[in-house]
Amino acid sequence: MSLIFLFLYLPIFVLMAFSFNDSKSRVVWAGFTFKWYQRLFENQEILGAFYNTLTVAVVSSIIATLLGTVAAVGITRSKKLTRKLIMNITNIPMINPEIVTGVSLMLMFVFLYNSLGVFKPGLLTLISAHTTFCLPYVILSVMPKLRQMDSNIYEAAQDLGCSPFSAFFKVVLPQITSGIVTGFIMSFTMSIDDFVISYFTGGTTQTLPIAVYSMTRKMVSPEINVLSALLFMFVFILLVIINLRGEKDKLLSTNNL
Amino acid sequence: MKIRLSLFPYLLWMAIFVIVPMMLVVFFSFTDSSGSLTFENLIEAGKYSAVFLRSISLGAASTIICLIIGYPAAHFISKANFKYQNIFIMLLMIPMWTSFLLRTYAWMTLLEYNGLINRLLNFFEIQRLNMINTPGAVMLGMVYNFLPYMILPIYTVLTKIDKKVIEAAQDLGANKLEVFTKVIFPLSIPGIVSGVTMVFVPSVSTFIISKMLGGGSILVIGDLIEMQFLGNAYNPYLGSCISLILMIIIMICMGIMNSLDNGSEEEIFL
Amino acid sequence: MKPSIIKLEKIQVSFNGEIILKELNLDIKEGEFVTLLGPSGCGKTTTLRIIAGFLTPEKGNVFFKGKKINDVPAHKREVNTIFQKYALFPHLNVYENVAFGLRVQKKSESEIKSKVIEMLKMVNLVAYIDRDVNSLSGGQQQRVAIARALANNPKVLLLDEPLGALDLKLRKDMQSELKSIHQKTGITFILVTHDQEEALSMSDTVVVMDKGSIQQIGPPEDIYNEPKNAFVADFIGESNIVPGVMIEDYKVKFYGKEFKCLDKGFEKMSCVDVVIRPEDIKVVPPESGNISGVITSVTFKGVHNEIIVDVEGFKWMIQTTENQEEGNKIGLLIRPDAIHIMKTSSYSSEVGDYSAFSDEFYEEQHH
Repeated sequence: MSLIFLFLYLPIFVLMAFSFNDSKSRVVWAGFTFKWYQRLFENQEILGAFYNTLTVAVVSSIIATLLGTVAAVGITRSKKLTRKLIMNITNIPMINPEIVTGVSLMLMFVFLYNSLGVFKPGLLTLISAHTTFCLPYVILSVMPKLRQMDSNIYEAAQDLGCSPFSAFFKVVLPQITSGIVTGFIMSFTMSIDDFVISYFTGGTTQTLPIAVYSMTRKMVSPEINVLSALLFMFVFILLVIINLRGEKDKLLSTNNL
Repeated sequence: MKIRLSLFPYLLWMAIFVIVPMMLVVFFSFTDSSGSLTFENLIEAGKYSAVFLRSISLGAASTIICLIIGYPAAHFISKANFKYQNIFIMLLMIPMWTSFLLRTYAWMTLLEYNGLINRLLNFFEIQRLNMINTPGAVMLGMVYNFLPYMILPIYTVLTKIDKKVIEAAQDLGANKLEVFTKVIFPLSIPGIVSGVTMVFVPSVSTFIISKMLGGGSILVIGDLIEMQFLGNAYNPYLGSCISLILMIIIMICMGIMNSLDNGSEEEIFL
Repeated sequence: MKPSIIKLEKIQVSFNGEIILKELNLDIKEGEFVTLLGPSGCGKTTTLRIIAGFLTPEKGNVFFKGKKINDVPAHKREVNTIFQKYALFPHLNVYENVAFGLRVQKKSESEIKSKVIEMLKMVNLVAYIDRDVNSLSGGQQQRVAIARALANNPKVLLLDEPLGALDLKLRKDMQSELKSIHQKTGITFILVTHDQEEALSMSDTVVVMDKGSIQQIGPPEDIYNEPKNAFVADFIGESNIVPGVMIEDYKVKFYGKEFKCLDKGFEKMSCVDVVIRPEDIKVVPPESGNISGVITSVTFKGVHNEIIVDVEGFKWMIQTTENQEEGNKIGLLIRPDAIHIMKTSSYSSEVGDYSAFSDEFYEEQHH
């Protein structure tokens, strides 16, 4: 088991260690430095890409969360046949290889741009593409919460005088918040991490993974090591937070017994 | 069929961004640049059968390696103390969420002819190895990137097995090996199916790993598609056709996998 | 006669082509304690949901105090429900759960507080006012649900198998508590249950339902002593039901013998179902009984023994304090007042024989 973790982590740690190397070499240690960190924060190309990544991640995960939550509610209340059909559509972006999703969207965006002049490859296409591949994950994290919920709760609120609309906000929403938050965080991280689909749908607009890709093609500067160290720490912290939330959920559910 | 109002925005979105693009892929597959119907793309794609074969065998080999390493690992984690289980799972998930470009890049620096591993070998006065730009390096990259996708679903299924079922098997006289082969393993098949799918699909369709660790010398389906859309060989008609074939290959493989485990597919995805 | 509060008129409901309720008529009087009793799938919960407003009938009308309320949504009806698994809001504490309806009505904070405390006092939960509802036991959650529903001052309280999840002892306590709340508040209670004992002991009126139709409506005593058809006789308590012929008033024939009875008004020489409750049969020596048979099993039940007797291929159940053994030949003495005559129905041949009887079977049928 420890061998597996060594296998998984060693390359990352080597990469991180060399972000502090006072030389351009990726192999020889030449002393400790922070200069690559400084360089990274002065690199306009990277910063621009970072800004794009963040914009796309924030906007698309918000849209995906809103759309996905509403859809999950609708799906849960649908009849079995409708539900099955919709779940099959939902599964398409998850089952399809990323590259196929990427090129299919690219085809459509190019087609739309050439014929109607809308969806010029850029932030807008990135956001719609990212929303699309995040949606299933939001639905899949909200639906279990809706199913776990005693469906009578929604009726109980109406029974006590709430209109259906306010009953949803007063009693259903608090029950599924944790699922919504999980869906949002998943969308956000997946959007930040996505390379393949952005590569095909972003046109000339660079996101961080695309910038990283072009850096690895050139293989010149340890700035890339810095970037991986920072990204790794970011994900690490995020996952710790998610995990703590999970613990809290478990505690609450054991109280239920 | 009555469709609820709350489903409209979602269905509209999915129609525009999933259904229509898929239909475009099919449409482009059977047309040429003049827009007329043709099977030329199919014939053209057929010329690359060696590439298809290589992708499938590389993907299959990595999947099998992942299964061989991943199953015992999942079994080990599921047996561990509950406290440690969560830590193990988190440790597995962190690399999953870290940019796979960077992780693959890390292996590049390790495997290079002048890379860290060869330096180390040199230090111990062992012959340097030619590791990068080989099929082995590509497979390593795939296993490295996708191993957690194999472990997690198997682990989930293993933890869901009712302990009483195992006790019942012991009670009926099964020894440890029999408990495993007759109860635990059959019950974990849905996890294996899901793990195999989750590893095989990205392995067979990747183009980054082959580019970075294969150095462009090991051409796979992903590279082929990428070349038709963004590379020098710009030909979205052929590219669509290859994508369509890739989708069909994957659908067939998933069909085979799901038939091994009849009907529990829904459980894994929901 | 008290005025009607809820009236259902020719209600019809179906799901996926399957009829759940057919032409159901029901009139419930103000202040009554009514129980809808029947096996699962008989349509009792559906009836309750129609009254609550969660379900709109395909055909028929719902009236509240004479006003048609078909199109009044659930949240505007002066009816409150106690749900099967309580449906407490897990994100709110006891106080906020009870206050929920009052807050929706935008009552003042002081008004809410006094009402919540009044309600919690009634269900003996004042000490738990700030508790997390998830930390309460089943019985306590049940009380919160009652307090929450009553805080809204409903005209009718609907109870959907409220005691189903509680253990036997607690169930008995809650039964008497619900009854006393009914008496204290004077609110109309409509209870849904599949437990015949609960129905008989709690209600003023029992409505026995099966397959989407009402089989019998009446006070508990009538339901037990004068079941209208074989289904009611079989579902309520234990019954031996045998086919017979009504020779004339006060005279019925079964097993080839004539018996005196107290029933009249049936057509002469018509086919009928004869019900004899197991506790009304006296065990006597074979020669002094009306009929005789061989004991096939004896089960000790505490207050009495349950004996299955084979009388010419038909298995009878007898409850007696006498000690008997398997294989004994005994006589069955049936007095005129032990016999109850019913018209034949579609249920006639389906029920009444105890030949397949075993405890497991019994469990299945009744739970």
